[in-house]
Amino acid sequence: MKFLLDNPKIDEHEMRAVYCDALISAARENSRIVAVDADVQYSMGTKRFYDVFPERGINCGIMEAHGVGMCAGMSATGLIPFFHAFGTFATRRVFDQIFISCAYQKLNVKIIGGDAGVTATANGGTHMPFEDMALMRAVPGATVIEPADTAMYETAVKLMADTYGVFYMRSSRRKVTRIYSDSAKFTIGKANLLEEGCDVAIVACGIMVLEALRAREMLLEKGISAAVLDMHTIKPLDEEAIVKAAQNCGAVVTAENHNAIGGLGSAVSEVLSEKYPVPLERVAVFESFGEVGTQDYLQERFHLTARDIAEKAEKCIRRKNENSRH
Amino acid sequence: MDKKVTMSAAAEIRKLTITAMAAAGYGHIGGSMSICDTLAVLYTDILNIDPTDCSKRDRDWFVLSKGHCGPALYAALSYRGYFDKELLKTLNSNGTNLPSHCDRLKTAGVDLSTGSLGQGLSLAVGAAMGNRLQRIDSTVFVMVGDGELQEGQNWEAIQFIAHWQLDNIVLLVDYNRRQLDGFTEDICKPFDLREKFTAFGLDAAEVGGHDVSEIYDALLAAKSSKKPSVVILNTEKGHGCYFSETKEFNHYMVISAEMAASAIKDIDARLRDEISA
Repeated sequence: MKFLLDNPKIDEHEMRAVYCDALISAARENSRIVAVDADVQYSMGTKRFYDVFPERGINCGIMEAHGVGMCAGMSATGLIPFFHAFGTFATRRVFDQIFISCAYQKLNVKIIGGDAGVTATANGGTHMPFEDMALMRAVPGATVIEPADTAMYETAVKLMADTYGVFYMRSSRRKVTRIYSDSAKFTIGKANLLEEGCDVAIVACGIMVLEALRAREMLLEKGISAAVLDMHTIKPLDEEAIVKAAQNCGAVVTAENHNAIGGLGSAVSEVLSEKYPVPLERVAVFESFGEVGTQDYLQERFHLTARDIAEKAEKCIRRKNENSRH
Repeated sequence: MDKKVTMSAAAEIRKLTITAMAAAGYGHIGGSMSICDTLAVLYTDILNIDPTDCSKRDRDWFVLSKGHCGPALYAALSYRGYFDKELLKTLNSNGTNLPSHCDRLKTAGVDLSTGSLGQGLSLAVGAAMGNRLQRIDSTVFVMVGDGELQEGQNWEAIQFIAHWQLDNIVLLVDYNRRQLDGFTEDICKPFDLREKFTAFGLDAAEVGGHDVSEIYDALLAAKSSKKPSVVILNTEKGHGCYFSETKEFNHYMVISAEMAASAIKDIDARLRDEISA
């Protein structure tokens, strides 16, 4: 099966528009799906859902804590609420509501956080979630997803609707570079091996998957063969794919648009430390708050570019080689 | 309602609560005692429920947002026949189905889990919205503490209830004027609760929270009202149990078997006096 487009290019559709299509199509099949928004119908692109299903959309206003709690209560009556807010307010602001009102009592709530990491751009530090995956990974039973482009949405929304439990999905709201072909398939909890390689494995999620593919090209010019995995499900993690990549390459680089503490890099480190220790380097945001800027600028500013991945990959390979000489 | 039956139910719920706490050796006695009369009215006269079918679609719901008073709710549930009264003695023991804070996954008849104060009202609103969207004819009763109303999430939920004109939810406030550290008036005063609720767009009634007839009339009126309603229950923290009602700091107390035995005798004697009066 052909996963990738030959020529990745900016998608003509915004992420939020494709998400809303996926939600509408899931809701046509399942009458128990409802949308709840904390005054973000336009920002998160869910307005059309309200137009199609006027009775099944609830804009609760700027009250995320109440909104999440209400979703938990609605799910106790059998509904499947999808809650929408920017990633910061969808997780950090309502962590106890997600933890106690939703997860602790094993209810069925889907949390959608927009503006993952640097994709918050001009909204800056107050709106730039670098810690949302760390928070949500710590919630027992929660599933955490970050798609690389629009291709995964239909699968993700349908699976969220069909699978009982608390889900968190973070992504950009705007246009991103489309890397996947139309025939690409996704399974929650199963990484996509996008490129084979034998010197180093790059494990990435979200916008960093594109950077990983670019880094692979850079490394190839130097004669380095890098595998690339899209780890779109951060929890439950595809441990088998990670161990296999470590066995094949002996060096692993993780790449995420997120804090180095608690996200993809941490998750992969945990697996490798316990099951197959190899040198690992992390491309992530280290001990920083967000700030305003264009996405390109912020990726440079926080060292989230293909060049950063390639540099860490080379460093990781050097460590591997040093280890083998001892 | 048969007033004597409901008063007896309240006495029984108090006795069962104290017995359970004595078995554990401690408990949130103050806030549990203040809600016993309301629980008696709810579980004897008001709620449309079936103890043999906890998830009946069109049941009335009860959410005890002040979840630390779970023992009083467990007493009411066992009184109503949800489970054996003997189970009450396992309160807080290792592996129990009766933890100090209400857990819907552990206890038959508990509709939603609570304990992190300020979250129960939103949960109840969700249940009411869910029932309304699915055209299920049911009322959700939710009890918050007056101290708990210091949590801001409540006021988000209250504004939401008023905006959506939710008439299938009834908010009950256990207005016992005390919280863990002392009097609400001293710690962070609530001002005029009734006025606040009215300003937020709710129909607010205020009743004596230990008078089962007054409670019954208010709950029935709120249940059938076509407007969002709140019933403020003027209560006394620790009420009806001699060793808690006389103690200033009665939020949580160590309770011995002897204390429980004499409190139970006292409750029986008071009930006899009240019924014969």
